[in-house]
Amino acid sequence: MTAPCSSATTPLVAVDDLHVKFVDRDETVRAVNGVTFRLMPGEVLCIIGESGSGKSVTMRALMRLLPKKRSVIDGKIRIGDQDILALDERQLASLRGSTVSMVFQEPMTALDPVYTIGRQIVETVLRHAPCSRKSARERALEILDLVKVPAPERRFDSYPHELSGGLRQRALIAMALACRPRLLLADEPTTALDASVQIQVLLLLRRLQRELGMGLIFVTHDIAVAAQIADKIAVMYAGRIVELADARDLLLRPRHPYTMGLLASTVLDRPRGHDIEAIGGSPPDLRHLPPGCGFAARCGFAHPNCAATVPEPHALAPGHMACCHRLDNLPTSGTSTTQEVQNGSQVQDSGRAFFRAERHDPEHAAARDLEQGAAAP
Amino acid sequence: MPDTVTRLDPPASRLHDDTAAAPALLSAENLKKHFPIHGGMLNRRVAEVKAVDGVSFAVRKGETLGVVGESGCGKSTLARLLIGLVRQDDGRILFDGHAVGSPQGLTLRDLRRNVQIVFQDSDSSLNPRLPVGESIAYGPQVHGMKRRAARALAHDLLRRVGLEPELFAHRYPHELSGGQKQRINIARALALEPRLVILDEAVSALDKSIEAQVLNLLRKLKETLSLTYIFISHDLNVVRYVSDRILVMYLGEIVETGPTDAVYRAPKHPYTKALLDSRLAVDPRGRIETAPLSGDPPNPINPPSGCRFRTRCPYAEEVCALQRPSLGGWQDHAAHLAACHMSDPESGHSSARQTSLPWQ
Repeated sequence: MTAPCSSATTPLVAVDDLHVKFVDRDETVRAVNGVTFRLMPGEVLCIIGESGSGKSVTMRALMRLLPKKRSVIDGKIRIGDQDILALDERQLASLRGSTVSMVFQEPMTALDPVYTIGRQIVETVLRHAPCSRKSARERALEILDLVKVPAPERRFDSYPHELSGGLRQRALIAMALACRPRLLLADEPTTALDASVQIQVLLLLRRLQRELGMGLIFVTHDIAVAAQIADKIAVMYAGRIVELADARDLLLRPRHPYTMGLLASTVLDRPRGHDIEAIGGSPPDLRHLPPGCGFAARCGFAHPNCAATVPEPHALAPGHMACCHRLDNLPTSGTSTTQEVQNGSQVQDSGRAFFRAERHDPEHAAARDLEQGAAAP
Repeated sequence: MPDTVTRLDPPASRLHDDTAAAPALLSAENLKKHFPIHGGMLNRRVAEVKAVDGVSFAVRKGETLGVVGESGCGKSTLARLLIGLVRQDDGRILFDGHAVGSPQGLTLRDLRRNVQIVFQDSDSSLNPRLPVGESIAYGPQVHGMKRRAARALAHDLLRRVGLEPELFAHRYPHELSGGQKQRINIARALALEPRLVILDEAVSALDKSIEAQVLNLLRKLKETLSLTYIFISHDLNVVRYVSDRILVMYLGEIVETGPTDAVYRAPKHPYTKALLDSRLAVDPRGRIETAPLSGDPPNPINPPSGCRFRTRCPYAEEVCALQRPSLGGWQDHAAHLAACHMSDPESGHSSARQTSLPWQ
């Protein structure tokens, strides 16, 4: 596997060939199937993917937050100099919240409704740093101020239900930052927020990450959110990272058909009355993963080999990796020339060219849905 | 295929359908819904949530009206008012020129033949114990269609929304993906041959690639069945893509309305301007550096006096706290209006007499 970052400093996070399976009596769900990446200190990595792509599971594996009896984690996870998979419960408890902490999507369920937010932050501080209650309180107020909670003295004694969505998310971020973690994991922290509040929280996270020099892994399904905050972006599909590159490279010169598809199916400034070039079909069933490339069934460029073997990662440029058998046969995007595409149709933007699905033939998508549907038990 | 399928008798109002003379399919006049909050020892009414507070608009036949706004702005309450799931406290709804719920006008049953809704949560809006084919056939049966005919109709609709009836009609909702469930909800909404479909955040919960599929489906259905849509969403990019005209709501009021392109190109209300500036670009070179708005929307229980946006508005002046700006002339479909003192030369706001708005 290509090392995404080959600089001299040691990475803050090193994940190698991570596999996560959920096992129960009847079936095995293969949620993560060989994820490898590095995160440097002070770097922001965004993991994007649709629901069921394994992005949140990867994140939870980093903190070992998965149900112990039902999940099987294989591979290597290192954070700093600790081997996460070798830690026992006690060591994990002191790791969580101090070295690594996490911000969740839904602050209302992540915060305890029966305690004030101040008390919850103080509790975190006291758990990890031996200090007096008074200095813990001061620290909590300082952090609330840092995350731009207006009138922190007053909010300190508020219960979660008394706060607006944006303030609740800020309180949750404050709690995560209480012990100055070296790594912050954020699982869709802005998805539940309104647009005008979302941008405030994103800007806040970006500023805090820089000021505190934290590593940040940010999971989102929204490519526009990733564009706002990421240094590097990893695109996940069916439990694998299919493309990993610097944010700019990935968004401007995507190489994997799925990434191109995601970018083309955003409705940003599309003319009305024309179909969006949607990716047909739906993601594979993780209980019955196809043997080859997970995207092959939906890919306009797939050829027989794609369904047979899993594509190995290919280094395309320093720090740009994609897993696809057909990289040499894809139209390179980022160029503005009109190209003839395989199926004969001329499409203006070659980055969107591969969608044969719904463009000419509305039944096509339905047919693919069916294939997917028929595969499910 | 559609010819072989039995249809319901046309509803009464359809008999005198006059497209040329009656451009508004549905109009709402001064619609209000205040939800009471009870409290205290005697459980008296202590406050009320002004969810929808004096909203007037009209939807023309064949158009798509987009409704945008943040959470708590009343857009979902508006949707529920329009199909009679909650009763308005004040104001009236006219469907095709007939007042809804009045003795001479349309009954609720008639209204629901004509107006259907698709909700955001594709899962909870389907009956988990009913095969989806039966869910679709249920509505027509309630309205008097024979079971066999209703089933045939359901199969036809499944095909229309891109799901093969032989494979899908007998499945239960938990056997389907989110996108497929939303297709079922759309099919069910279409089963009564409505003329207006309200889409309340119908694509918001879907993954992006599936969202694009469903948007394409909605567009195709609109063309083939000549439907009218009210499309409610918080996603400004999606609303722009689907809508001919839009309403922007803030704390229970319409703050701006107009043709979509006009509103997106030159917003007249500072809130619309800020919302548009909050949209994220997919281009990493276009990162936003300062947030266009600070804070969250205020609580609708106790909205600010005068203009409700004034507490977050960078251009607020004294007049904004004293007077509630109005949205005059909504009956004019082509008009681009804003409920803002800066758009009213008589208001006394210092920017009102200037030829262009401060951000233009």
